[in-house]
Amino acid sequence: MSENLHSDSLVERYHHLTMRKLLVLVVSVIGVIIVVGLFSVSAYDNISLMEAYRIIWDHIMGVEYEPRTTEWWADRFIWNTVMPRIVAAIVAGASLAAAGALMQALMNNPLADPYSTGISSGACFGAIVALVLGLTITSTSGQSGMIVNAFVGAMIPVGVVILISKRMPLSPAALILVGTALSYFFSSMVTYLLVITDADTLQNAYIWQVGTLDTIVWSSIPMMVVVTAVGSAFVMLLTRQLNVLSLGDANAKTLGLDVEKFRVVCLIVMAIMTASIVCFTGTIGFLGLVAPHLVRILVGSDNKFVVPISMAVGSFILVLADYIAMTISDVPVGVVMSIIGSPIFFLLILWQKKGYGTVY
Amino acid sequence: MSGSTIRIDIEGVEFGYSANPVLKNINLSVNGPQLLSIIGPNGVGKSTLIHCINKILSPTKGVVYIDGQDVASTTLKELAKKVGYVPYASSDAFPLSVVDTVLMGRHPHSNWKSLDHDLDVVYETLRLINIEHLAMRSFDELSAGQHQKVMLARGLVQEPKVLLLDEPTSNLDIKHQMEVTRIMRDLSQEKGILVIMISHDLNIAAKYSDHMIMLYDGGVYAAGTPEEVLTAENIKTVYGVESDVIMSHGRPHIIMLDPLFDDNIKPLDDDVYVSSDNRVVDRMERDTIVRNVLKEPARGVTD
Repeated sequence: MSENLHSDSLVERYHHLTMRKLLVLVVSVIGVIIVVGLFSVSAYDNISLMEAYRIIWDHIMGVEYEPRTTEWWADRFIWNTVMPRIVAAIVAGASLAAAGALMQALMNNPLADPYSTGISSGACFGAIVALVLGLTITSTSGQSGMIVNAFVGAMIPVGVVILISKRMPLSPAALILVGTALSYFFSSMVTYLLVITDADTLQNAYIWQVGTLDTIVWSSIPMMVVVTAVGSAFVMLLTRQLNVLSLGDANAKTLGLDVEKFRVVCLIVMAIMTASIVCFTGTIGFLGLVAPHLVRILVGSDNKFVVPISMAVGSFILVLADYIAMTISDVPVGVVMSIIGSPIFFLLILWQKKGYGTVY
Repeated sequence: MSGSTIRIDIEGVEFGYSANPVLKNINLSVNGPQLLSIIGPNGVGKSTLIHCINKILSPTKGVVYIDGQDVASTTLKELAKKVGYVPYASSDAFPLSVVDTVLMGRHPHSNWKSLDHDLDVVYETLRLINIEHLAMRSFDELSAGQHQKVMLARGLVQEPKVLLLDEPTSNLDIKHQMEVTRIMRDLSQEKGILVIMISHDLNIAAKYSDHMIMLYDGGVYAAGTPEEVLTAENIKTVYGVESDVIMSHGRPHIIMLDPLFDDNIKPLDDDVYVSSDNRVVDRMERDTIVRNVLKEPARGVTD
């Protein structure tokens, strides 16, 4: 590190560091591509990794194979069995990680995650009501009724948090405490419903609670993609303000940020992003908390980089966890992710404490 | 107070927490550019007053005008272009590099992307307060004194007309206290800024300030030049301590007197003392003895 930087070299060094940070983004995207290939090979054993990439590319380009050839079968297996859950894993990973980064910045609290306002327990309550009692908000029952219930359930606690914060300005810590209280309330309702139900429903409800991509079909994807794309674009536009918020509410105000209004708008965006994922996949934990932390260890805390790189890392973690979940057994992806993610996270923290990792 | 580029008028401002009033009917008019120090004991409302100027707090009564514009009806963004703020302490839950931390001061002037011009402004400011070598360090790796200098740089890159500083030198050693306060004084003249600084170091404040405001019991007890404000009587009333104020290089210099600590004279009873030659003396004679001892050339005090 130069001790006597000239202005030009500061600009140059700043841009150089930006490129190094973006390298982490590129590596994460390459990681996702590699796992997508491995995932596809697992769907149809008779093809190589490179053939899998070619078949995926050809499908995207609209190439059609002669029926009942190896490539035709591989194409059908890949796109009908594994590709919906691959896409769901990529989108859900990106969305939960972006929501996690947003929530941690909003609350100025490294322990915050997308579920800190009680979203997961609200969604769970909505879904379990549909599963156990058969009560749905819309006229449709079954899977789609449960999805709508979960979405509405997810929005209830965050709605309460926002209403309270509009009536009386609450500190970030108080907002999290309100969310935690609501979370306990919905969790106790869920527990009650699970106690009174039969064994089969209990198993389905439990898998949903842990988080799974087994039930994802192509019709689930458009809503997830649209909400994630719009929501993450919105978050990216606000990364400077999120950085300013990291100085604390009072300092952020003196830099021109209307903190209360900004926080409410961001909470609404975060809630819609998270609810649109959770209602399809169940409450996949760990990712929203850990992905932004992993990224901060690698590239520092500038949200301009933390948000997009967290999205790429979140996608990579979830698609890898789902690949492992699918290939080793029928373990829900939420369980696998925590099993492989926790030790990696732990090692990275130790690595950082030894002075490695940050790019400046 | 002289100057004309920026003006702050505080009219009948009151503020309190629950039933406890902190500021009571504050009336002030301040013109820039200059270095103005706000002094007073702990809890008297110094920080509360500057928080009412930059809209962190809203007064329960009264109005603050900046250049004739009511602060209450000014947007935070517009206010941030005029008024910079350097806090006593800053959150570092998610520490950035020094350059990124200082860049945040450009927020009121910039869009989403940081421009090279902003980086140039940051570099020049870091150089001005001699911390350009810290540019790429992480904020959480710095000492408390370096933290304060970085936050000062952040306030300066905001390019404000008014810069509010909440104890900006509290974690600095004496050399850096003087350096930072002198920079603030020079900047107020060179850039035409009205710098308002809360300080507990009366001598540093007296040495560099153009004017001072002494707060006491929620109101303005004294305002004017350092010589007008820093009198032994004012210090006795406001801080409750005995002092001797002498002139040093044309500025008041305060010598604190502590009869309970001084080893040349000891208390015997209420307002009765024993001198080092075992004479019983009254309070007036004690003060004379103490002042004479403190003014000995060996103590290095210069009239």
